[in-house]
Amino acid sequence: MNRQDQLLDGFYRRDTYSPRVQDMYPRDQPSAFAGVDPVAHTQSPIVTGTSVIALKFQGGVMMAADTLASYGSLARFRDVERLHKLTDTAVLGSTGDVSDYQHVQHMMERLMIREDYHNDGHKLAPPHLFEYLRNVMYHRRSKNDPLWNRFVLAGHHNNTSFLGYVDLQGTTYQSDTIATGFGAHLAQPLLRKAVESRGGPQNVTEEDAIKIIEDCMRVLFYRDARSLNKFQRATIATDRLEITEPYSVDTEWAFAESIRGYGV
Amino acid sequence: MFRNQYDSDISVWSPQGRLHQVEYALEAVKQGSAAVGLRSKTHAVLVAVKRTPGDLASYQKKMIRIDDHMGVAIAGLTSDARVLSNYMRTEAMRSKMLYNRPLPIGRIVSALADKAQVNTQNYGGRPYGVGLLVIGQDETGPHLFECSPSGNNFEYYAMAIGARGQSAKTYLERHYEQFAEASLEDLVHHGLQALKATLQQDKKLDTDNASVAFVGENQKFTVLEGEALTSYLARLGSTDAPAAAAAPADVAPMETE
Repeated sequence: MNRQDQLLDGFYRRDTYSPRVQDMYPRDQPSAFAGVDPVAHTQSPIVTGTSVIALKFQGGVMMAADTLASYGSLARFRDVERLHKLTDTAVLGSTGDVSDYQHVQHMMERLMIREDYHNDGHKLAPPHLFEYLRNVMYHRRSKNDPLWNRFVLAGHHNNTSFLGYVDLQGTTYQSDTIATGFGAHLAQPLLRKAVESRGGPQNVTEEDAIKIIEDCMRVLFYRDARSLNKFQRATIATDRLEITEPYSVDTEWAFAESIRGYGV
Repeated sequence: MFRNQYDSDISVWSPQGRLHQVEYALEAVKQGSAAVGLRSKTHAVLVAVKRTPGDLASYQKKMIRIDDHMGVAIAGLTSDARVLSNYMRTEAMRSKMLYNRPLPIGRIVSALADKAQVNTQNYGGRPYGVGLLVIGQDETGPHLFECSPSGNNFEYYAMAIGARGQSAKTYLERHYEQFAEASLEDLVHHGLQALKATLQQDKKLDTDNASVAFVGENQKFTVLEGEALTSYLARLGSTDAPAAAAAPADVAPMETE
């Protein structure tokens, strides 16, 4: 084990997609590749963001993500914006590796500049951006060098809402509600219940949506150890795209006193 | 054999400031049979007259579908048209695969013009010998463009290319104000009347030699030929076509620049 491996070993949550290259080619055995390190692409995320949650409502889409970038279990960066405005009608939210996310930000920015140069009235609508991102993600997983993210793309264009998910394997789906990371377990059921009990997104008002999102973010902060009570919320509706400054929700910890072993 | 000493290759200027080889290529377009394009607020239409080398041969097709939302009519060298339409199909497929977006018409026309222009500037090459009328429907509505071997491209309300295309243009110039609000049927009818004006005295439009294509917002690119044209041709026959009068010979040809 080299020094970097020692640093990494056991320190990060390592996903179980594949054995590490180091494990497949033991260094102490004679090999035709002796002295030559195999090419090793990203095999685990380093600095990571946790859940992104999103839902459609009447006349728009809403998405939220907290501003924490964790270094393993360490809450390393507390002011990283994980919601990115792509166009006037689309927002991208990212779970997973922050550097890969920044790479995708730059890549999408280049795409937008290329598109604007045509200056012909054609714009990349949310479904077009989503397809492009899907292609990039699937291409990278096919090179065995995935971008370690789960993206949520939310948009509202020509009075049509779009909400789609694409991950490091290039898997996609579209839905009225989407949640990634821990949120897929904790928030998704809450989002679905909230939307379905109202009979669908067309019956969810913007006020409802804010309440639903904030309730989900509160639950996530209570139960996801990689989360932070400081998050941004994006609203994409007709002629409006707004990403809030980071803010917090009220939390209740009084119950802790009566639990043995919980705090003091 | 040569018109003058400055036309032996593509990149040599004449002292009058002309590129003769490019102008010859434009002549090749005029040798092809006529094609007419026109559009309304909802549809774009192409009509063309097909030629046959003789009674024993089939007619050479004039319409090429590029994608569900786009197609072209050609006048000039068919083989060059096949190269260009193949390129257009590739680009249309690329746009669908990469962005899930039908290729915007103006963009592919610009790309086509860039290809044509390169062939007017490189030593040893030759310009394409084909003119295209491109129709298509995209996010910004229906469109009609002309592409020529010189690398020029323009968007039009109505346009005609090919042999005696000037006669069709005269018809279009007289009637184009009605096109914007016209129905698809009326648009095709106008197109066929304009096309009729390009025919020689003893020739008629019939189900063998006529070709019609159209596209619109909720209308995939469709080519009509043969029996499908019967009703259109019947209507054409029953109208007194003022367009049948060809353009006066002393009228200067409309410049495409």
